[in-house]
Amino acid sequence: MARKQSTNKKIIVTILAWAIGLAMFFPIFWTAVAAFKTESDAYTLPQNWLSTPWTLENFGIVQDRSNYGLYIRNTIIIALLSTLLGLAFAIPAAWSMAFAPVQKPSIAWSGKRWLATIFGTAFIVGLVLYAMNWDLTNHAVIGFVALVIVTLPVTLWVFSRNTTDALLWMLSTKMMPPAGALIPIYLIFNRNGLVFKDWGWVDLTEWNLIDSFWGMVPLMMLLNLPIIIWMLYTYFKEIPGEILEASRMDGASVWNELTKVLMPMAVPGIVSTCLLNLILAWNEAFWTLNLTNKYAAPLSFMISEYSSPEGQFWAKLSAASLMAIVPILIVGWFSQRQLVRGLTFGAVK
Amino acid sequence: MGTITLKQVRKAFGDAVIIPGADLEIREGEFIVFVGPSGCGKSTLLRLIAGLEDVTSGSISIDGKDVTEAPPSERGLAMVFQSYALYPHMSVRDNIAFPLKMHKVPQGEIDAAVSKAAAKLNLTDYLERKPRQLSGGQRQRVAIGRAIVREPTAFLFDEPLSNLDAALRVNMRVEIMQMHEDMKATMIYVTHDQVEAMTMADRIVVLNRGHIEQVGSPLELYNKPNSLFVAGFIGSPKMNFVEGNTIGVRPEHIALSDKKGDWQGTVKLAEHLGSDTFLHIDGGARGQLTVRASGESNFGPGTKLWMTPEKDRIHRFNKEGRAIR
Amino acid sequence: MATSHSQSLGKWALAPSLAVLAGWAFVPLAIAIYFSFLRYNLQNDNTGWMGLSNFYYFFSDPYFLKDLINTILLVFFTLVISVVGGVFLALLLDQPFWGRGIVRILMISPFFIMPTVSSLVWKNLIMHPVFGLFAAIQKFFGAEQPLDWFASVPLLSVIIIVSWQWLPYATLILLTALQSLDEEQKDASEMDGAGAIAYFRYIVLPHLSRPITVVILIETIFLLNIFAEIKVTSAGGFAGNLTYLVFSQLNDANDIGEAAAGGLIAVVLANLVSYFLVRIVGKNLEA
Repeated sequence: MARKQSTNKKIIVTILAWAIGLAMFFPIFWTAVAAFKTESDAYTLPQNWLSTPWTLENFGIVQDRSNYGLYIRNTIIIALLSTLLGLAFAIPAAWSMAFAPVQKPSIAWSGKRWLATIFGTAFIVGLVLYAMNWDLTNHAVIGFVALVIVTLPVTLWVFSRNTTDALLWMLSTKMMPPAGALIPIYLIFNRNGLVFKDWGWVDLTEWNLIDSFWGMVPLMMLLNLPIIIWMLYTYFKEIPGEILEASRMDGASVWNELTKVLMPMAVPGIVSTCLLNLILAWNEAFWTLNLTNKYAAPLSFMISEYSSPEGQFWAKLSAASLMAIVPILIVGWFSQRQLVRGLTFGAVK
Repeated sequence: MGTITLKQVRKAFGDAVIIPGADLEIREGEFIVFVGPSGCGKSTLLRLIAGLEDVTSGSISIDGKDVTEAPPSERGLAMVFQSYALYPHMSVRDNIAFPLKMHKVPQGEIDAAVSKAAAKLNLTDYLERKPRQLSGGQRQRVAIGRAIVREPTAFLFDEPLSNLDAALRVNMRVEIMQMHEDMKATMIYVTHDQVEAMTMADRIVVLNRGHIEQVGSPLELYNKPNSLFVAGFIGSPKMNFVEGNTIGVRPEHIALSDKKGDWQGTVKLAEHLGSDTFLHIDGGARGQLTVRASGESNFGPGTKLWMTPEKDRIHRFNKEGRAIR
Repeated sequence: MATSHSQSLGKWALAPSLAVLAGWAFVPLAIAIYFSFLRYNLQNDNTGWMGLSNFYYFFSDPYFLKDLINTILLVFFTLVISVVGGVFLALLLDQPFWGRGIVRILMISPFFIMPTVSSLVWKNLIMHPVFGLFAAIQKFFGAEQPLDWFASVPLLSVIIIVSWQWLPYATLILLTALQSLDEEQKDASEMDGAGAIAYFRYIVLPHLSRPITVVILIETIFLLNIFAEIKVTSAGGFAGNLTYLVFSQLNDANDIGEAAAGGLIAVVLANLVSYFLVRIVGKNLEA
C-alpha cells in the first residue's frame, strides 16, 4: 500500500518536474530550433517548426556579417585574462586571511586619529600645491586635491581593519552599483575626461582605455575580485593549518608553501572559482555595452547589435545567440553545484 | 647534538598569558615528555620551540645557538603533528621526500633516504599510495618517516597517538621508544596522558597553567611530587587526598583489614580488573577513597573495613599545595 | 596563531588586493562626488560650479519618479516570483523522481544565459505581437488581436525576462540548502506525528530562512542594477530604471554632472541594501 502510494507520487512528481523543467528551458530550445531555420521559415516557427527544412546557413552568415570569430575571441580574452589576473591577486590574499588572520590591527583608529589624518593630509597637500604654485581656482586641481584627501585616509582605514572586517569590506565593494561608477570610469577611460593629461613625466594625451583590453580586463577583474577572494577564502579555510605548518617545519619557503602544498590541495576550489568567474565575465553586460563598441567588444555586445528594429532577422539572431551561449552553458552545467558557494559569498555551501 | 635551552620563555596573546616564563634545559639524546591537562600550555611550548609561534620574551637556543628569531625551517627540527598533517595530494614517497626536496638534497640521496626510512617503518609496499588509502597507524608511520629522513637535531611530537585506537597506541608507543633507542636523538613529546608520559619518558615536564610544576624522571615524580598538582596528576588511579588536602596516599599504598586499622570505611563499589581490584570506599569524614587490593579480593559493596596507609609513603603538603619533606 | 613573521608576510600578501579594491571603491566615488557639483556637459565647454543643482535637476527630471518606481517594482516582483517559485521548485527537485539530474540542468540553464541574449530571444521569438510564441498561443485560443507585450505592458515584460533568469538562481541556492537538511530530522518529525505540512512549516521553512534571506539580498543587489534587459529591448522609455536613467543622461544628454549625481543616488540606495547583507554574511562568518 505504502509502496504503491509512493510510486504514484513519484509519477506525479516526475510529470510535474519535467513539465516545469521543459517550460523553463523552452526559450533556449526555441532559439536552438530557430537557428537552424531559414529566415522566412523562422517567422512561422510556432506553426511549422517540424515541417520546415533545417539549414546551417545562418551560422555562416553570422560569421560573415557580425564577425563572430572576433567577438568570441574578445570574450575569451577578457574572461580568461581577468580570471587569471584575479587569481594572482586573490590567492595570496585568501591565503593570508585564512591562515594568518589579523585579530587586532596594529593601527587602532580613534576619532582623534581620524581627524588628525584628514587634516594632516589636507595640510600637506596644500603645502605641496603652494610650493608648486598651482592654480587653486582651477576645478581640475580642486578635484585632484579632493581625491587625495578622500583616498589617503580611506586607504589607511582599510589597511587598519582586522581580517573579518576587511573581508566584509571587500564584499561591500561588490555592491557598488555600476551606475555610480559609470561616469567616473567613463571619464578615466576616456582621454577627454582626464583631469591631467600631461604630468610632465608621463604624457597621457594619447591615453584611451575605451574599447580596449587594457581597460576591460582590469575592470572585469575588479568587478569579480571580491567574489574570487571570498570563494577561495572559504575553500582555504577548510584546509587544516597544521599541513601548512608541517611544510614550514619541512623547510618550505612561502612560495613552495603556496605552490607545492596549498594550491594543489585547493585545486577543486580554485577550479570552481575560475568557472564562476568565467561565467560572470562572459555574461557581463553593463560595462561591455557602455565601454566597448568594436575592438574589444565581447559577445554580449555583438548580440545587442541585433536589437535594432531593422535588423530583426530571427534566424540570424538565434544562430548568433546560440553561438554566444553554448560554451558558457556547458561550463555552467558542469559546475552548477560548486557555484552555490560563490554565488552566496559562502553563506550557503 | 640536540641540546635545547629555554631561558625565561614567555608567551602571551594580547592580555592572555599562556606561558608566564619557562626555564628548561633539554639534554642531548633525551626523551622528554611535556605533560599536563588540556590548556596547560604544553602544545604552545612545543610550538615555540618549533618556531611556529613567536616568543613574547625570553630566548630559545639549540646546540648553543640562539634561534629565538629563526623561522622553523632554520631550526633543524622535525615535527610529528596530532593530525599527522600529511600532504593529501602527494604519494607516501613524495610525502617522505618532501623535506629533503625542500632542502635541495640531490635526487639520488633522496631516493636512498626514502627507501631506508620506508624499510624501517614497514612502508615499502605502500610508497605509491596516497595518505587517504592508508590506515591510521600507517599514516602515523608516514608522518614519522617524514620526520626521520632529515636526521634532525631533535624530534617534536605533538600528541601523536591521540587519534589511534587503544591497541594501536600501545604498539606505536613501543615503536617510538624503540626508535629513540636506535637513533639516540633528542625527542620532545607532548601528551595529556600520564601513562604515556610515565612509560616513555627519560624525564617528564609537568605543566600547569603555563607553569613548569616539576621536572624529573618518572619515578622521581611518582615518589617525590613537589606539589599537590603533580601528586594528583601522576599515578593511576589518582592519589587520595585527606585532611583538607594536606595528606596524600596513593591507592596502592594502603593496606586493608577487616579487623583493625587507622581509618574506617564502607566499600561502595569494587572494580575487578583481574590483576587488581580497585575499591571505592566511603571513608566517612575523609571522603571518597580509592584503594588497590589484590585481584582475588572479595570485599563486596557494603563491606565495612579498616585501612592503614604505609607510613613512609605518605605525602604531606602545606596550604599552598607544596610538598613538605 | 602565527608568528609575527608570517603575520607581516600575510599583510603584504593581502595589500595588493586591498589596494586595488580601495582604488576601485573610492576613486570613482570621489570623482563622482566632485563632478556631481559641476556643470559639465560633453557638448559644451562651459563648466562651472553648480552646487546641488545637479541633484535638483535629477530629482525633478520627469523620468526620475517613474524610473524610481519602476526600479522598486522590478526588484519587488522579481523577488516575489523567484523566491516563492524557488522554494516550490527546490522542494520539487528535492523529491525522488526519474530524470532528476536532467531536469535540474534544464531548470538551472536560464541563469547562464547572457542578459542580451535572453532579452532579444524573449522580445522577438516569444513576445513578438505577430509571430511570437505567445501570440501563436493566443491565436490558438481564438484571440483576434494578440497582446503586444512590450508596447502594452513593458514593465511586466521586463519582469518576466528577469524572473526567468533569476528564478533558477533562487532554486539552485535553496535546493542546495534543502539538501543539507538532516534526513533524520524528517524521520524524527514523522515519529513525532508531524504531517507533510507541519514538517514544512516547522522544520523546512526555518531551515530555509537564512538561505532565503541571502537570496533576497543578493538578488536585490543585482536587480537594482538591471540594465541590458532594458536597453537591448528598447524598453527604457517606459520601463527604465535608475541605472538606465543614469546611462541615458550620459548617452543621450551627455550631461556628466547630472549623471554623476544620479549615480550617487543609486549608490545610496544600494548601500541601504548592502548594509543588511554585509551584516548577515558577517554573522555567518563568525559562526
